[in-house]
Amino acid sequence: MKRKTAYLGMMSAAAILLGYIESLLPLSIGVPGVKLGISNLAAVFVLYYYGTKEAALVSAVRILVIGFMFGNLFSILFSLAGAALSLLVMAGVKRIRGFSVFGVSMAGGVSHNVGQLIVAALVVENFYLLYYLPVLLISGLVCGCLIGIASGAVIRRVRPESLNNV
Amino acid sequence: MKKKDFMLFLMICIIAAAAFAAFRLLIPQENEELVIIVNGDIYGTYSLEEDCKIEINGTNVCEIKNGAVSMTEADCPDQLCVHQREIASAGDTIVCLPNRVVLQISGNSESEGNGIDATAG
Ligand SMILES: [Zn+2]
Repeated sequence: MKRKTAYLGMMSAAAILLGYIESLLPLSIGVPGVKLGISNLAAVFVLYYYGTKEAALVSAVRILVIGFMFGNLFSILFSLAGAALSLLVMAGVKRIRGFSVFGVSMAGGVSHNVGQLIVAALVVENFYLLYYLPVLLISGLVCGCLIGIASGAVIRRVRPESLNNV
Repeated sequence: MKKKDFMLFLMICIIAAAAFAAFRLLIPQENEELVIIVNGDIYGTYSLEEDCKIEINGTNVCEIKNGAVSMTEADCPDQLCVHQREIASAGDTIVCLPNRVVLQISGNSESEGNGIDATAG
């Protein structure tokens, strides 16, 4: 139990670091505040090693810390929408047989961006923004693939069970 | 990568391509003009032909210069809109989320009722 708390704290720290890097790399494609979603990497890890609840916790910590340090109400809202939708979709895809961590993180990356786009369109009450849907789908897909490669490599080396049993 | 992963990858690519093609067809790429939308309502429509500065509700200032539009001033906390690149072609937008201001370039084809309904709500 103590180990688990320590690991989740470490994962949160990693997520915050990734979130910070991400905040330095804004996508300048018409929809402000849309982030690449590289901090999803931590969510994918925790989802595989522990579960949905733990992943939600790590993402929430990351969003609040980054939001209060570098962001504002809108960036917090954005991140929450993206992270929540992406986590729900990833947890769903993970349950379906035949998907590996690749498929899970691709689905997560894409839904992360779609969630953010929907929030932006709702805030300004203008669905013309959906024009950016194709760009955001592809960038989410590419980012999801990269995260899939990275987490696949880690999961192969560190068995999820080894963390759960200590 | 498993078979289903690859199918998902392909599916998302197809959806993106289809959406891209659909928007290209739906948004006319001619007679472009600037439409300013505040709180979901049309604030004004401006020609890209003449250079000018437009003040929007005292919160934002945008500028039309050489057929391109950029946000020059804003009182929003994030200033993301001011840092957006200038826009010039149909479908492009600059958004100021905190002030709920949208600058969008709309195309206008000759035949009426051909454009998509740009605003909702
Ligand atoms: Zn702004």
